[in-house]
Amino acid sequence: MIQWVQLSVFVVLFLVVTVMGFVASRWQRGGALNHLDEWGLGGRKFGSWITWFLVGGDLYTAYTFVAVPALMFGAGALGFYALPYTVVLYPIVFLPVLRMWSVSRVHGYVTPADFVRGRYGSSLLAFLVAITGIVATMPYIALQLVGLEAVLRTMGLNGTGIAGHLPLLVAFVILAVYTYQSGLRAPALIAFVKDILIYLVILVAVIYLPAKFGGWSAIFGAASDKLAQPSPATGKPAGSILLTGNNQLQYITLALGSALALFLYPHSLTGVLASRGRDVLKRNMVALPAYSLLLGLLALLGYVAIAAGSKPITNNATGRPDTNTIIPVLFDGQFPSWFAGIAFAAIGIGALVPAAIMSIAAANLWTRNIYKEYLHRSATPHQEARQAKLASLVVKFGAVAFVLFVDPQFSIDLQLIGGVIILQTLPAVAIALYTRWLHRWALVASWLVGMAYGMYLLYLIPNPAANKAHFGGSALTLDKLTVFGWHPFAGSQVQIYVGFVALVLNLVVAVVVSAVLHALKVGNGVDATRGGDYHADEGSKRLRPVADVLTQ
Amino acid sequence: MAAHKERSGFRWSPWNLLLLVPLLMLVTPWFNSTDPVVFGMPFFYWSQFLWVPVGVVCVLLVYLRTKGDGEYAPDVDERVDDLDEGARR
Repeated sequence: MIQWVQLSVFVVLFLVVTVMGFVASRWQRGGALNHLDEWGLGGRKFGSWITWFLVGGDLYTAYTFVAVPALMFGAGALGFYALPYTVVLYPIVFLPVLRMWSVSRVHGYVTPADFVRGRYGSSLLAFLVAITGIVATMPYIALQLVGLEAVLRTMGLNGTGIAGHLPLLVAFVILAVYTYQSGLRAPALIAFVKDILIYLVILVAVIYLPAKFGGWSAIFGAASDKLAQPSPATGKPAGSILLTGNNQLQYITLALGSALALFLYPHSLTGVLASRGRDVLKRNMVALPAYSLLLGLLALLGYVAIAAGSKPITNNATGRPDTNTIIPVLFDGQFPSWFAGIAFAAIGIGALVPAAIMSIAAANLWTRNIYKEYLHRSATPHQEARQAKLASLVVKFGAVAFVLFVDPQFSIDLQLIGGVIILQTLPAVAIALYTRWLHRWALVASWLVGMAYGMYLLYLIPNPAANKAHFGGSALTLDKLTVFGWHPFAGSQVQIYVGFVALVLNLVVAVVVSAVLHALKVGNGVDATRGGDYHADEGSKRLRPVADVLTQ
Repeated sequence: MAAHKERSGFRWSPWNLLLLVPLLMLVTPWFNSTDPVVFGMPFFYWSQFLWVPVGVVCVLLVYLRTKGDGEYAPDVDERVDDLDEGARR
């Protein structure tokens, strides 16, 4: 059954955004769009407001808005980790992000791998960082599609087979074309619409819905009862509205690990590097938590869905119920059609903004750190920009192919792995902002070890509820933690976030190997950066001119 | 190399220590309980919402105290959208 009212509202808003996406190429245009600084970083001159919408639109994605409440719906309190995650995030990244902005602005770096290349003079290390970034970002883009598709299917466009994916394909072709055309300016402009819609919807939802179901006390009561029922697959309760002795450590390490990982993702840094100065970033670190409040409130809608008795829709392409549809179903059942249409448009447009930024970030990595480094060393800025535009198309259609031909569950698993692997670039990217004591070869070794160990631990995790023996989640019971067959915590049922464990091992290897290499006096490459570079601000004579200055 | 080593690449302000305060939120045993309930919401939930303003205030103080700490020359590009005047100092 197609919901015509919802669909019409959705289509109208989608068209508005499409027009904006194309107009964006003329907005605040400096020089020609055929330079990576222009296409891939919007001319590096976004101020506080644009940065706030852009970075907010980038970090708080449609998938987040759909998946966090779905986790609360399924597992209870653990899903609330999203709140501490976004609270500790900004204090942690405040100082390193400023250093990254300054040094990148002085040397014209476009990607985190560019920085690593300059800091260590090692194209191998830069290559590893770039590949990690691309691999971690791809499934993230695919997940935005999963979020968008959850909405489309709720509106009744729930066909079977390839035809069922057609609406998604149409939406994505449009996105791909205007991103190709306008670069980072397109998501920056669309982010305004997305965020205003999201704020509107969430505020209405958290005021209107709890009242409808007898207030928060009734909602928490219903959630508590439902989560306490034993799950048919495991015989144990699905979750609880408080943390248990076994998942507190998981809650803490997941929040902390996610906060450490977020600004290692290339798309987050794209938003940061596009801003015009240090104080713009500082103001944003103060103002971005406004989204955290929103995310916390949204998470609670997972419980509202329990109280409302919402049932996830069965995805006709896979034949399984998809918990990610729980929020769309709740809106569908509780709001009048026209408002549900607005809500769905908010989620749908919320998928387009990050998908565009992510594909631009991945394209920048490809162009700067693989194409220019290995395939075409003498590429001109014009050729670089052209290559990046094409790469952004390839990346997006790669993501569509993923959703079309592979079980969406696979994207979710890959995104989980993505969070673990991106965390393994922390020593090479974040610690390198402060010190070069960690040796470049030690960083290569620790990357390999962290990566391999993280993947191995993920492989060990089963998920009986989903009937999976491996890659069943990110929560490792300490009982299973092994170091060459030795189980230091045998018998313990306490859970911990895999990425965190792998990062700890990564750091240990980096420190030990560095100490050895320094003792052996092995060369540590040439550092192209200097102390003052990390503090340069807008207007400084140190800064490299942005592309539009060059082309005038 | 040491000859043209500039002022250290590392600058410190004691105000930066404030950035550690929000990390206290990760001590879950402090708030993992139902009581006291406020507006029907267990302590676990509403207390974590309160940490959002705590985090904002800490970062805000550090921002105000370290404003304009970057190396700055006033010849800034003026071609910026009016909407975006927040970027001006």
